[in-house]
Formats: sequence, C-alpha cells, structure tokens
Amino acid sequence: MIGAKNGGSSEAVLRAVGIEKQFGPVRALQGVDFEVRPGEIVALIGDNGAGKSTFINVLTGVLSPDAGEIVFDGKRVRFASPQDSRARGIETVYQDLAVAPHLDAVANIFLGREYRMTGPLGALGFLDRDRMRRETEEQLRALRVRVPGLDRRLVTLSGGQRQGVAVARAVMWASKVVIMDEPTAALGVAQTEQVLDLIRQVRNNGIPVVFISHNMPHVFSVADRIVVLRLGEVVAELDPKRAEINDAVAAMTGAETRAERAEGATGGR
Amino acid sequence: MVGESIPGVGTMESEGKARRTLIGSLSSSFTLLILLALVAVFGLLQGTRFLNLGNAQDIVLNASQLLLITVGVTFVIITAGIDLSVGAVLVLSAVIAAKTMIWLSGTPEQVRAYEFPNQNVGIPVGLVAGILTGLVCGLVNGLLVTRLKLPSFIVTLGTLGVALGAARLITGGTTVPNVPQAVQRDVGLRELVGFDLGSAHVRLTPPMLVTALVVVVAWLTLSRTRFGRYTFAIGSNAAAARRVGINVDRHLLKVYGLSGLLAGVAGGFDLLRFGTASVGTHDSDNLAAISAAVIGGTSLFGGLGSIGGSVIGAFIPAVLRNGLVISRVQPFWQEILIGAILILAVYLDQRRRRTEERM
Repeated sequence: MIGAKNGGSSEAVLRAVGIEKQFGPVRALQGVDFEVRPGEIVALIGDNGAGKSTFINVLTGVLSPDAGEIVFDGKRVRFASPQDSRARGIETVYQDLAVAPHLDAVANIFLGREYRMTGPLGALGFLDRDRMRRETEEQLRALRVRVPGLDRRLVTLSGGQRQGVAVARAVMWASKVVIMDEPTAALGVAQTEQVLDLIRQVRNNGIPVVFISHNMPHVFSVADRIVVLRLGEVVAELDPKRAEINDAVAAMTGAETRAERAEGATGGR
Repeated sequence: MVGESIPGVGTMESEGKARRTLIGSLSSSFTLLILLALVAVFGLLQGTRFLNLGNAQDIVLNASQLLLITVGVTFVIITAGIDLSVGAVLVLSAVIAAKTMIWLSGTPEQVRAYEFPNQNVGIPVGLVAGILTGLVCGLVNGLLVTRLKLPSFIVTLGTLGVALGAARLITGGTTVPNVPQAVQRDVGLRELVGFDLGSAHVRLTPPMLVTALVVVVAWLTLSRTRFGRYTFAIGSNAAAARRVGINVDRHLLKVYGLSGLLAGVAGGFDLLRFGTASVGTHDSDNLAAISAAVIGGTSLFGGLGSIGGSVIGAFIPAVLRNGLVISRVQPFWQEILIGAILILAVYLDQRRRRTEERM
C-alpha cells in the first residue's frame, strides 16, 4: 500500500508485489509490497501476528501466495520450494538455530551440499572432508567472518557461536539475498552484538540482507531501511537515521492509524 | 568469535576444555577398558583354557549374530529411532530361509528321508529368501514410521509381535526339522580362509568373514560417507535436515531397511551355524542389541554413536558368557553383569556430555 513505492527502484534484487495469503478465515497477508535493494540491510518489523513469518515463507518458497507476484533478478519467479529459492541464491537463517548440534561447523555449513570424492569412492558416497574444510576456511576468510573451532561439534559452542555458524552457512551459499528471521532472539548481549556485526559484514560484502526482528534497538542499530508490517499490510517505511523507535512502535501497534480507531469502535469482544 | 571479545573467558574455556577432554577420553574408552579387563581377568584365572585361538574363534562366532543386528540397530538409534523388532525378524528370516530350502531341495518324501537332490539350488535360494524377508520387514518398519508418522517404538513393537507370531505359525512353534545338513556342513563350517599361526590352525568360515565385512562396510559408511552424515544429521535435528533439502523420510526408510536386512543375514546364520531355524531362541536379542549399542556410546536421543563402540558393546556379553562357562560359573551371571555395565556406561556418558555440552 504505502511502502516501497518511492521511485520503485528498478534495480531491486528481490521484489514482492501485492502478496496475499489466507489461512481459512484469517487474511494473513493483504497485498504486501516489499523490495530488497542492492547493498542494503532492510528490516522487516511487526508485532506478533503481523504476518512477518508468513511473508518470509512466501518469499522463500515455503508457502505459495494466493495472489501477487515475486520478481527476482528482473524476472517474475515462482519458488516451488525452499530448495528452489536456495538454488537461486536466497539463503535464510532461522530463529530456532536450524543446525544439527551433533555435527561440527564444516558439516553443518555443507549439510545437504556435501562434496564427494572423485572417482569410484565418490560414487559410493565417500565425502571429501578436506576439500569441504579448506573451502569453508577460504570462504569465511574472504568474507571476514570468524567462526571458532570449525571442527568442534556445535553442542560444545555457545548460542552466539552456533548462530555464527548458521549465519556463516547462509553467507557462504547466498549469492543474492540473505534473509534472517529473528537471528538474535535466543542470544545474550555480547553474542547479539557479534551477530549484528556479522550482518553488517554481509552487507559490506555486497549481499543485501532482510532482517526480521521485534527488537527495536537491534533494528535501529543495523538497518538501512525499516518496513513495518501490521495485520498483513505494510503500514510504514522508515529511515532509521531520521525516525525514532517510538515512531516504529506506533506504526507496529497501530497507535496512530485510522484502522485502529475503527477497530476500537466496532471491536465488541 | 565470542571467546576473544569477553575478558576472562579465554582462561575459563581452556581450563574447562582440559577437564572435558580428560573425562571425555575416560568414558569413551570405558567400554574398551571393560572388554580388556574381562579378557585379562579370564586370562589370568584360566590361562590358555581361555586364551587360545580356538576359543577366540568361538567368541567371534558366538558374537556374530548379535554383531550384525547391533550394527543395524546402531544406525536406527543414531537417527533417534529404535528397532525392537530385530530379534523377531531374525527368527522369521531363519524360518523362511529354512522352509524355502526344504521346499526347493526335494519332494516331501525325499526330504523326510533326508535326501535333498536339489539342495544346490535350495540352499542358496533359501538363504537369499531369508535375507529378503529381513529386508522387507525392515522396509515395512520404515514405511510405517515415515508414512503414518508413528513412533518407531510402537511400530517395531508391533512388527516384533507380527514377525514372531508368523514364524511360530509357520513352524507350529517348534524348531524346523529336515533342513539339508549341507547348509551347516558345507557352507557354514567351510574353511574359506585358513592359515597356521604357530601351532594353531586358524579357520575363517563364511559367518566370520561376512560379519567382518559387514562391520567394516558399516564403519566406513557411518563415518566417511554422505549416508552416514545424513544419519547423524537426522538424529541431531530432523527439522534442520529437512530445511537443507535432505529427504528425511527416504533416508529413514533406508536405515530401517538396513536394520531389517542385517537381521535377515543374522537369521541366515542360524542355518549356517546350527543347521536349523530355532523359534525358541533370540527372544531378547533386540534388547541385547540395543544394550550393546548403548554400552558402546550410542545415544538413545540420536545424533551420537559409532560402529567401533557398538562392536565393543557386542563383544562384552560374548566374552563374559564364554569366560564364565570356561570358569564353570553359572552363565546367568552374564545377564546381571551386562545390566550393571549398561547402567554404569550410560551414567558415565551422560556425565561426560554434561561437562562438554552447553545446550
């Protein structure tokens, strides 16, 4: 509706137009317009039930939208599955630490994308562990991402270190966009700061980031642009350099919108 | 990432690490220590009556069936599942193998007279039929677990009853009679590889070589291949495995199929070793296999385990039983001691993990 209109920046990496999604009687998304521009961290914020997760699931192919279209790299696309969007360079970091804690960092980073040895051993499924380890080290060094103990099982790492591995995995495979769904939700203060640094580093490496969170200080410290979702609609787009946290909270809760007043008048519960 | 930026954490971590590795190495070698201690004790008490090549071969042969099903169960447990049906599947496979063998080896009259004109066809086809029976049972387990989304405990408890009941129905509850004796004499006891070691002659028979082959292949598969890695990943976090595009259901189907297949091979061993299919034994083989895997460090919560550990865990009861018999002690002590070792091994394992893990 209101958001993501100004100039329509034609070079958007990923653009969603008029996305609608309904679950039974619930209209979870009511025509969402959203775009990710090159080299930015765009924050997507909203209260619980605003439709953030549903929208991300549509963007990554977990759900298919009832209406609307997604334009990726200048072409209209339909992601049939999360694998489909990943194959095109969109990686997602989930809030619930979607790693295998009993495997080490290299195994997690390459999970589902293992290199096999060449020749007959590879045909039998033998893994090329040296190559996976070497490439992980090289890539992470090039990206200036530091992950300690690449060969330690993740259960022996702290929550922040584990989230670091999850972020590193996304960064290593994302060629176009990284989506982070509440990546700091489970972390302490110091660990959060490191993950936020990592997010800035990803952006500085040229890959735009979609950052979903309800933590306003985190959003304001890291985002270049803030899009506010409320009851399945984009209700505001804010510039974190000019706007205040209060503005974002007001937009999220609908304290100032007409819709809210109308709801208050008719909502006879 | 985290360690460096917080003052003081570095030293805490290195101290913790030293303690962790100490306790870790203590308990991961604990089961091996028990095995070596048993060998040492029986060796000291009985001397060459226990420590001789023939006896070592007996132990290997007696452990072979448990080894096979323990290997299969280890894969299942690492995926955070369980297979209670392996003992019953073993029995059913042995019965199907024996019945097929008898049916193909001669007419009913000939068989009753212990004549088997077609045994050259009957014996191999019978063994293959037994192995396939195991595979089918395992695939049924896998399908029920993945398609109906039922807990593996319930599914395999159910198929345990079905397989054992079917085996008893087919045989009328007794040992299968009139199996061609060539299966034991010419196949099971055949010396495939033989050599002299000092004054003793080492004879390696098909059951020993098959078991060794299975153990080596399983070890390589679990520790070196993508199949093994997916097995661990699914047991560690099945949702994460799904998210990276691993076909979890298909992998679980293969793992349960493998467990059934190895139970089928172990069923064939009944014929190779004893020349018959017995429905009265193997009642608690499923629990023996699970105990062996767990004693060897496999976690019932999934994500952890090794073939090496399971092999040691399967040899402990075999060595105990053999040593107790040679020492003229009631072999029932074996069950008591295995129970105690199981509890102690898991206790040490949990303590190690609590110091090592931060979840």
